[in-house]
Amino acid sequence: MFRDLKIRFGIIILLVCGALFALAPSITDNLPDWWKDSVHKIKLGLDLQGGMHLILEVQAEKAVESFMERTKNDLESFLKSKGILVVSAQRKGLSVEIKYVKPNTKESVSSLITSRYPELRIVKTSQEGGHGVITVELSQKRKLAMERAAVDQALETIRNRIDQFGVTEPDISRQGKDRILVQLPGIKDPERAIQLIGKTALLEFKLVDDEHSLEEALKGNIPPGDEILYQRIVDPDTGAVTRKPYLIKKKTLLTGDVLKDAQVRINTQYGEPYVSITFDSRGAEIFEKITGENVKKRLAIILDNNVYSAPVIQERIAGGRAQITGRFTTQEAHDLAIVLRAGALPAPVKILEKRTVGPTLGQDSIRKGITSIVIGGLLVVLFMIFYYKLSGVVADLALFLNVIFIFAVLAAFRATLTLPGIAGIVLTIGMAVDANVLIFERIREELRLGKTPRAAMEAGFSKAFITILDANVTTLIAAIVLFQFGTGPIKGFAVTLSIGIVSSMFTAIVVSRAIFDLAFEKRRIKKISI
Amino acid sequence: MEFFKPGTNIQFVRVRFIAITISLLLILAGIISLIIHGGPNYGIDFRGGTLVQVKIHKPTDISHVRSALKDLKLGEVVIQSIGPEKENEYLIRIEKSSTSLKGISEIVKERLIKRFGKDKVEIRRVEMVGPKVGKDLRRKGMWAIIFSMIAILIYITWRFEFWFAIGAIVALAHDVMITIGVFSITNKQINLAIVAAILTIIGYSLNDTIVVYDRIRENMKKLSKISFPELVNQSINETLSRTILTSLTTLITVVILFFVGGGVIHDFAFALIIGVVVGTYSSIYIASPVVLFFEPYGRNKKGGRIVKRPPAAPAPKPSKVKVAPVSGTAPEKQTPAAKTGAKKKKGSGKKKKRKK
Repeated sequence: MFRDLKIRFGIIILLVCGALFALAPSITDNLPDWWKDSVHKIKLGLDLQGGMHLILEVQAEKAVESFMERTKNDLESFLKSKGILVVSAQRKGLSVEIKYVKPNTKESVSSLITSRYPELRIVKTSQEGGHGVITVELSQKRKLAMERAAVDQALETIRNRIDQFGVTEPDISRQGKDRILVQLPGIKDPERAIQLIGKTALLEFKLVDDEHSLEEALKGNIPPGDEILYQRIVDPDTGAVTRKPYLIKKKTLLTGDVLKDAQVRINTQYGEPYVSITFDSRGAEIFEKITGENVKKRLAIILDNNVYSAPVIQERIAGGRAQITGRFTTQEAHDLAIVLRAGALPAPVKILEKRTVGPTLGQDSIRKGITSIVIGGLLVVLFMIFYYKLSGVVADLALFLNVIFIFAVLAAFRATLTLPGIAGIVLTIGMAVDANVLIFERIREELRLGKTPRAAMEAGFSKAFITILDANVTTLIAAIVLFQFGTGPIKGFAVTLSIGIVSSMFTAIVVSRAIFDLAFEKRRIKKISI
Repeated sequence: MEFFKPGTNIQFVRVRFIAITISLLLILAGIISLIIHGGPNYGIDFRGGTLVQVKIHKPTDISHVRSALKDLKLGEVVIQSIGPEKENEYLIRIEKSSTSLKGISEIVKERLIKRFGKDKVEIRRVEMVGPKVGKDLRRKGMWAIIFSMIAILIYITWRFEFWFAIGAIVALAHDVMITIGVFSITNKQINLAIVAAILTIIGYSLNDTIVVYDRIRENMKKLSKISFPELVNQSINETLSRTILTSLTTLITVVILFFVGGGVIHDFAFALIIGVVVGTYSSIYIASPVVLFFEPYGRNKKGGRIVKRPPAAPAPKPSKVKVAPVSGTAPEKQTPAAKTGAKKKKGSGKKKKRKK
């Protein structure tokens, strides 16, 4: 290809310089800024720097379910306001059944429903005990769109929460239809982060039902339109947890989506933190109306179906401010403020996969990995010199360049180095000499046939070339399949293995050859030390 | 220095039936072990579950850890000590996984803190995989192995010949089965990293096999006087130094990984050690003899050729060889004008030669 030795060495030196340029920031911080801006440090995987990897599944159908629940409530009051005598409205899975008294015709009820909710389809009309029954559902297209939107919104919300939590270089992305991948490097308290990410944080304001007896309800006679929710009370001295029941009216008066801000404040009297929330203009208006209409009643502040507090409304509250108290620690209050600011998840999430690595284990792994590279490399180097003498030194030089190239490519392409990736490098060290071994064995054979050293060397290189190519391409195939299949750490292994294969072919075929040619041309050697 | 003197001629091919018997016995042992264990011992990656790696910062014993985690009601709990004993580091494998926000690892942590004290317990690693993801990964892992085999089959068929590809695949399947068998016998778990190791073994073992095949291909152009089994045997012998040498350097590095690399990649390195040893063995004793076994069929079908591409190589000179009776076609192949036609006939000449 490049007959001229000078050109070949020029290219090799250029590549080595490029590699060193790419590697320098990973070795020292003591570099000018333009340098550090153009190439970055080698990116370490979560298993080396510590951190958390999560795969969440958004239960998007739950978002559709709660939409249908709201629709049902709204339809019931809407139809009543239009003079329809509604006997009952029930949600069954993702469909809603409305039962009405006969004099109303199904045509009139249906047209009212579809005028209010054009996206609903009437799937069934029937009769039951003298009443008319209409079943409505969301169209399939609408349902899918809603599910997709739920996943999008969940992704956005989680991103917001993590941004506010403060993690450097988080990676949050969508995977497949309803999965979200979250990678948080260097996180210290993974359990706290999970709470923060995974909390639905649905904030609701509902009235406490003081007209009915709580005791009766606890026995099972829950009045229609009511539910029992609990407040979790932790005794500050003993740490014991008790659950205080409340009888709550199911109807949601206000939700967290009208929040403008949420901040941690400290109660000056007791030094206890609480979360102060501010509504937007629409929220403030509704809040004023609710408080005005329900003076002397108790308003429960509910988060994810847990009652946080249920103060008595003393007077109409204008200005759109409220407080959430609940014997928080400062950290709890802080996290609650974050999730309230970032908004509720449109649907609950499930953790499908969680992998966390503590920082000390990562450090250990790096240390052990480097030790393996050094010891393994050293043994192979000594072995090659022992077996091939001076030619072994050439192979070792190629090996050394090979390791530098692998790290340089990792740095230049921002690929991630993982623990299996280090294993891949160690393995490559063992396998990289293969190309040289193939060549050297060939040269020895050619020498035995009585060829001159130079001719033997040339024949050795050219005959070994095809073998090297075939043998390496098959390994490369396996490595590429591995890359397609693998997750994080395993991908790192495929990456270093692939880079190692390609660069070992280069160092063996180009670099070793150039050195041999140089030896023959400049030093006019008579004998190959092999 | 040389491991094998030039002209070494070990009769690998002659003992092929013994080698195949030994291999079959090894594979059988693995299969029996798999049957006894009720299938492969999947790790949490493929089965779902929770793994907690914990370090206790005071001298302790595995039985203490075990008693601390007694009656957790989380299904089967397996506790294993890893690394040097003084490190007090343990792997806790729990059958159950939890998809709720409060993880099983928290429960384990609470138990351990209760037993050993708050600042003595360090949770170093937690892996939780839900059953659904486990099933997904298992399917993906299986496909990865199958895909890579198909891709390799195609590549070797292209570069060599279909029967060579079959030989290589048989050798690969042999390596994979023995590795999985050894994992079953030693009761080690198969997880994502092990599948990665198996794929690497596939690549590595193939590397060895190809080098031998390559030599067979070359010798077929050059040596036409000896019988095919002899030719295969000679090719194996000629590449023996290289095979042993590369295996040795690779073995050195994976053994180092095994002892120095740390608990996280211990089993991964173990799989690679088996793979390198078995892979080297199979490329000598299995891959080529299989070609030998199928070769007659290949020849009949393909009109007598086993080598596909002698690129610009000069056609072997049949005049030097005493060509057996039917030589109506033989003279023609001396005219290499029409490449395709020449190829075919050249092969048929070879067939006759070898039969001598």
